[in-house]
Amino acid sequence: MDTLSLLILIPLVTALGVLVSKKDQTIKLVALAGSILQLGFSVWLTLFYVGLRNAGISGMFLMQNSIEWFAPLHIYFRSGVDGISLSMILLTAFVVVGGILVSWRIEKQVKEFFFLLIFLSLGAYGFFISTDLFMMFFFLEIAVIPKYLLIGIWGSGKKDYSAMKLALMLMGGSALVFLGIVGMYYAAGVYGSAPTWDLQALSQIKLPIEIQRVLYILIFTGFGIFTAMFPFHTWAPDGHSSAPTAASMFLAGISMKLGGYGCLRVATYLLPDAAQELSWIFIILASIAIIYGAFATMMQKDLKYMNAYSSVSHCGFVILGIAMLTKTAITGAVIQMVSHGVMTALFFATIGMIYDRAHTRQADELGGVLKQIPFIGTTFIIVGLCSLGLPGFSGFVSEMTVFVGSWEHPGVWYKVATILACASIVVTAVYILRAVGLAIWGTIKNKEFEQLKDARWNERLATVLLVVGILIIGLCPFWITKLVDSDSLIIFNKLISVASLAH
Amino acid sequence: MEQVPLTHVLILSSTLFFLGIYGFFSRRNLITMLMSIELILNSININFVAFNKYLYPHQLEGVFFTLFIITVAAAEVSLSIAIIINLFRRFNTIDIEDTNTLKF
Amino acid sequence: MSSYDLSSILIVLLPIVSFVTLSVFGKRIKPSISGVLGTMSLAITLVLALYVAYGYFFDFGMQAGAHVKHIALQFQWLKFNENLSIDLGIVLDPISVMMLVVITAVSTMVHLYSINYMHGEERFTMYYAYLSLFTFSMLGLVVAVNIFQMYIFWELVGVSSFLLIGYYYTKPSAIAAAKKAFIVTRFADLGFLIGILMLSYGAKTLDFFTLIERLTQPNSVYLASFAGSSFLGLSALSWALLLVFTGGAGKSAMFPLHIWLPDAMEGPTPVSALIHAATMVVAGVFLVGRLFPIFAISAPDALHIVGYIGGFTALFAAIIACTQTDIKRVLAYSTISQIAFMMFALGVSGWGEESEGFTASMFHLFTHAFFKALLFLGAGAVIHAVHSNEMEDMGGLRKALPITHITFLLACLAIAGVPPFAGFFSKEAILSAAFHGNSLIFYVGLFTSCLTAFYMFRLYFRIFWYNPVKEDHHNHEGHTWPMNIALIILAFGAVFAGLIPFGHFVSADGKPIELPFHLTFSIAPVLLGIAGILLAYVMYGEKNEMPDKLTASISGLYRAAYRKFYIDEVYLFVTKKVLFNLVGRPAAWFDRNVVDGMINGYASITTMSSESIKPMQSGRLQSYTMFFLGGVLLVAALLVIKFM
Repeated sequence: MDTLSLLILIPLVTALGVLVSKKDQTIKLVALAGSILQLGFSVWLTLFYVGLRNAGISGMFLMQNSIEWFAPLHIYFRSGVDGISLSMILLTAFVVVGGILVSWRIEKQVKEFFFLLIFLSLGAYGFFISTDLFMMFFFLEIAVIPKYLLIGIWGSGKKDYSAMKLALMLMGGSALVFLGIVGMYYAAGVYGSAPTWDLQALSQIKLPIEIQRVLYILIFTGFGIFTAMFPFHTWAPDGHSSAPTAASMFLAGISMKLGGYGCLRVATYLLPDAAQELSWIFIILASIAIIYGAFATMMQKDLKYMNAYSSVSHCGFVILGIAMLTKTAITGAVIQMVSHGVMTALFFATIGMIYDRAHTRQADELGGVLKQIPFIGTTFIIVGLCSLGLPGFSGFVSEMTVFVGSWEHPGVWYKVATILACASIVVTAVYILRAVGLAIWGTIKNKEFEQLKDARWNERLATVLLVVGILIIGLCPFWITKLVDSDSLIIFNKLISVASLAH
Repeated sequence: MEQVPLTHVLILSSTLFFLGIYGFFSRRNLITMLMSIELILNSININFVAFNKYLYPHQLEGVFFTLFIITVAAAEVSLSIAIIINLFRRFNTIDIEDTNTLKF
Repeated sequence: MSSYDLSSILIVLLPIVSFVTLSVFGKRIKPSISGVLGTMSLAITLVLALYVAYGYFFDFGMQAGAHVKHIALQFQWLKFNENLSIDLGIVLDPISVMMLVVITAVSTMVHLYSINYMHGEERFTMYYAYLSLFTFSMLGLVVAVNIFQMYIFWELVGVSSFLLIGYYYTKPSAIAAAKKAFIVTRFADLGFLIGILMLSYGAKTLDFFTLIERLTQPNSVYLASFAGSSFLGLSALSWALLLVFTGGAGKSAMFPLHIWLPDAMEGPTPVSALIHAATMVVAGVFLVGRLFPIFAISAPDALHIVGYIGGFTALFAAIIACTQTDIKRVLAYSTISQIAFMMFALGVSGWGEESEGFTASMFHLFTHAFFKALLFLGAGAVIHAVHSNEMEDMGGLRKALPITHITFLLACLAIAGVPPFAGFFSKEAILSAAFHGNSLIFYVGLFTSCLTAFYMFRLYFRIFWYNPVKEDHHNHEGHTWPMNIALIILAFGAVFAGLIPFGHFVSADGKPIELPFHLTFSIAPVLLGIAGILLAYVMYGEKNEMPDKLTASISGLYRAAYRKFYIDEVYLFVTKKVLFNLVGRPAAWFDRNVVDGMINGYASITTMSSESIKPMQSGRLQSYTMFFLGGVLLVAALLVIKFM
């Protein structure tokens, strides 16, 4: 057992603790304590990692560990972290604490609910620390299944349909991923010394371009489905709108990031030739997603649908940044993942709080709630401003890094794609302000809204936590860029070495 | 003595077999279907005996098999009848059309 | 770190500290205290700004006969790659120091004035918090060392303007105006952003001064990288600069991006005075001024376009201002027109010897801030007294509001360009620069300044003379001393700001220049101005039928101008009809029906194929055996074929 395995162990113990607890209150406290412990541990781990790096320890991953799991198929539990995965782990820890806090008042099947939440987070943590493709896939699946149950049991609206759609589409995505990584496993046997799932060993093997093409498309598309890449994004609006608040937060804040991380770590890093050759496909899809998602958002009335579509648009920046294959753009994509994760989790939390009180999410049925619930209303405005990329919040930092990075690409059509992506900031402003104007500002339309009560302690705590997350990235971006930069440089250097060999 | 050629016996047994098949498919009454199954089994018995007699007259495996089949058939009949009686108790009919709960 | 550096840092920091304090502890602070707190912190920044200005202009700023830039603070905030990074910092140079003084002065007056004006408002503390936020952002904008720093604060001033316009957030018109202001300027900022990306890509830097240096040196490799590509007859550099100018045009309300400014008058009047008259709207001029060396030396064609847009907007807005009846809207259009004066002054300017247009533009920016803020605050006092924005409800107020009346008159004289008030000097400088630069723009400017005098005095006579709506000799100003003090201080600025030898302090290349002043040249503009005033007196001095007759005789033009030449309708058509109905709605429909339909289609195909083979599981024993038999026969047949 090493330090890194604690990241999986803590949620596991918490989940077991939830299972054996009897009273609802105990369950909630256990879940909260576990997730706060995990948050603290993640922060400590990050500081420790930075300390190691400052001490001059090099290598792609630190704190590596390898435990044999199933030798005949060369499956090892290999773990290790770098700056990119640590930023994802921090994001997960933040969102989990926030999600548990906002579900404090859940009453139906409390034990199962919190167990599934913790279990889901376990999948995410495991995914981010694995450096073994099979283990990555294993944890990816762990992170999918609980979502079906969370939406199907605690959801609202047409929850059966949404849960089924989400689960099936994500399963489809993981099927593609699985095909890809199995292909890679066998290809490693043919073109390398032995078949292996090890990320680092695979990165040393040079596969022929014909094989890379197929695997790249499979894996990128598979993970792309998780990131709600156009045209495989439709699970997101339905899934988000039916899910309970915490599940929406986890879904948008964590699960969609699994995909982006996979696209970067597996598809782009391990298959650099194909990435150089074929990434234009995903640039086109990402540009479409950004603009088209933004326009589709403009027409939504339901706040959750609105945020789900805007997530499609914002996750387009992630894909765009990864597919642009420049160092700055990759850094931008990672920051965008973190930023969007925290921001959208907060957005869903806020919408959930409004829905709990007003029992409607239709922007035109709300209105004037700022007067009654100033705390929640102000949060909505703050997170809206973050979403439209206001400086001082995280959205600005990440979007600008993606834009500058994309602009570094010398190709003319890449610049056109960047301009299209930039144009979305205007459309984003339109829909955010529309929502603020309709739902938050204005006069109170419904007499019942005059009885609304403002946020409770747990909601305030969750909000403050996530707002602090947004502000840290927004005001002190040098921390996260420092964390991420050297690792995106490693990925970039691999891409560069390929390009220079090709010419 | 001129023997009856094997083909005649085989034609007889095939006829019996397909009569049984026909009966099994066309009847709706479980008892009749059971009787048809007996016909099929008997046609096979005839085959066994005939092949034994004509191909390997010095051996007795075919005859043994026939005996086995008769025994198994007897056991099968008693089981089937038991099932049919249970079916009748449950559905008040032994019409195969009405006992089709085993679907989708 | 010298005391000047420290002061300049404090100037920027104090407002943000005040913002954080007021917004976080807002509920625990009494409104009266928060007003005083905000005003005090701004007053301190004003003093510091004056101190820094003194230090810069008379102590350390001048080196080798020219004012040079002085970096008071600079640190790296966000690193993109080896070349590009966003640095935050404070630069002191003539224009930024001048802007520091203008912003802190006007902002302090507005803070002071608001203690009265906003008294009793429900969210009084938040109002002061927003004002502080705005002041912070604006200060950060003008001291920017890095073009991205400017963009950051550019966005922040945009959002504080949005929050302040939407201050009365329960009023639908305020919501619409706030949204419009933000979205229109955001659209313009898109141009700014792409312009920044283009400039940074070519020049490999985001630092203002490195950028200027690299793009103005003849034979620089960076300049050559731009020269290669051109589009529609303009070089890539000109396009980049024009895109940056688009951002400036959005904030400074140049045609056709001016539509948000008149609506922005929905905000509280002191806000209009601060943001939409004196400071934020001149950010565009400041931006062009900041990049002026590149414009003037490397892309004069882009600068000419700026000049023509400025000239057209000046005339266009002045015509509309003549017809409006809402007094704040008259002032709004007047602001657009005056900013356009500054813009075309930059546009007609050249580099080196011919750069008097630059100085004139900055001079006008400086004087305009005082008299326009004064006009707005005066209008606010009027609105405070009569509770209406419409001219219909006013008339003969000179007795009820004596101090407002006098200060308003001084401001009107200043903006009309009557000597020796502030506007006279700066406007003469602009016209003289235009005369030497571009004769078409000069005549447009001359005519516009006559129109300016007319509509300003139309406003003045209509409010303070004319026939009173109701006989009311009661003095409304008795208990509003903070308002009156603010008005009087600003009136001093409006009267005397023009006497400053501005060319000694601010010029394009830092070397002091003498603004030309020819008595013979200024006769024509002054006479035209006085003619405008007389015309206004004849028409609006007291109630008569002339205005109606005049409007009837040019009813087509009048109506078009009154409806602001239907620009709003065009925008509404483009946004509502085209973007919403032709892009947004189809996109949403496409998503729900085609893309999602495809996904649902897969599901239904699966369901259908399962439905179609489901009947095989009929539950009928006989059909099962039939399949079984069929299978057996098939296998038998296969075997027979195989072994026969």
